[in-house]
Amino acid sequence: MAERSEEVKLLGMWASPFSRRVEIALTLKGLPYEFSEQDIANKSPLLLQSNPVHKMIPVLLHNGKPISESLVILEYIDDTWQHNQILPQDPYDKAIARFWARFVDEQIYVTAMKVVGKVGEERDAAVEATRDLLKLMEKELVGKDFLGGESLGFVDIVATLVAFWLMRTEEVVGVKVVPVEMFPEIHRWVKNLLDVDVIKKCIPPEDEHLNYIRARMDSLKLKSV
Amino acid sequence: MANEVILLDFWPSMFGMRTRIALREKGIEFEYRDEDLWNKSPLLLETNPVHKKIPVLIHNGKPVCESTIQVQYIDEVWSDKNPILPSDPYQRAQARFWVDFIDKKMYDAQRKVWGTKGEEQETGKKEFIELLKTLESELGENTYFGGDDFGYVDIGLIGFYSWFHAYEKYGNLNIESECPKLIAWAKTCMQRESVAKSLPDSEKVIEFVTEIRKKFMLE
Repeated sequence: MAERSEEVKLLGMWASPFSRRVEIALTLKGLPYEFSEQDIANKSPLLLQSNPVHKMIPVLLHNGKPISESLVILEYIDDTWQHNQILPQDPYDKAIARFWARFVDEQIYVTAMKVVGKVGEERDAAVEATRDLLKLMEKELVGKDFLGGESLGFVDIVATLVAFWLMRTEEVVGVKVVPVEMFPEIHRWVKNLLDVDVIKKCIPPEDEHLNYIRARMDSLKLKSV
Repeated sequence: MANEVILLDFWPSMFGMRTRIALREKGIEFEYRDEDLWNKSPLLLETNPVHKKIPVLIHNGKPVCESTIQVQYIDEVWSDKNPILPSDPYQRAQARFWVDFIDKKMYDAQRKVWGTKGEEQETGKKEFIELLKTLESELGENTYFGGDDFGYVDIGLIGFYSWFHAYEKYGNLNIESECPKLIAWAKTCMQRESVAKSLPDSEKVIEFVTEIRKKFMLE
């Protein structure tokens, strides 16, 4: 570990899965950091200056130098602080982990957003499509406690999006997107995650989170009227 | 150890080009197999069941999917020569950021330039030129995106250069007048054997785009 003073600051948002995954990584590494809650509707000069290209959270500032994009940040954290490795060491296993992380963000997330954002037939189609994608994740969990294998890894951290965002949305949307009969492995995996202290500490508190999702959905409905 | 490397690819794919360049930068012998995307081979469907897309890199029978993942894999396995990613974690993060930017934005924008008409095309053209200008400003006065050395971001972007004449023809653009430094960068990259061997001839790409446009009844 570096001996010089390390200043780690995270520009994030309490309800964002992309921000929370960075917090999980920092906490797993035992790294102290300053969290700065950002108002997306009214972006701070620091955010705009640190991520001029996308103007999005999360942004990690390490000794003042910004890193943006959550998957890039996670790899940076693993490259810089090499204890408690998040990614596998073997290049092939690493490639597989990177593949599944992108699958969660580019396929599952994009499709699942339509479950929240659409209604009627379009929503039903989104639910079907999300389930088809989740079936692939379900297969990956057979015989494993975590997507990373015996212990929590890169893909698990990324896939908390499924466990604590997609699955929490079910209550608000009133649709069981991930029923236990169809996805017993995923449900078992969520229980395993909840047994990990770092996870319990770093995910948004459930009640507050559900209220937030509800409020966002209502505002989305108002927009489409 | 005997290394068997097969690349399932499609010759005009700017993504496949990345993997070809990386393999050649490292001097790796590989078998190139061109796929018919309208009649995908059993091997392609078997090795990339999730997306059924090229490129697929098969190393000693084990498949790696996604071009950026393949390039990183190649860099990590054949780490003894011509490093592709920077060794400094911060520089590495910046390189990954820019390749992610290219992945998120370039494909859709360039698609609109040659694949749409009217207002959609005009919007696409503006977006596309803006993207190139952002990248050009990131390049700055450097020879390569990596600085003095050809690297990950250069590999991530250069494949699109083989499509530039097609964009200019169908988008009625003059890219060099908008982004002269980027064109200079591209020409420098083309002097590398790995790049020259991996990019198709611009004329062939134009022919290909013409065919596709006919298929989508844009002619």
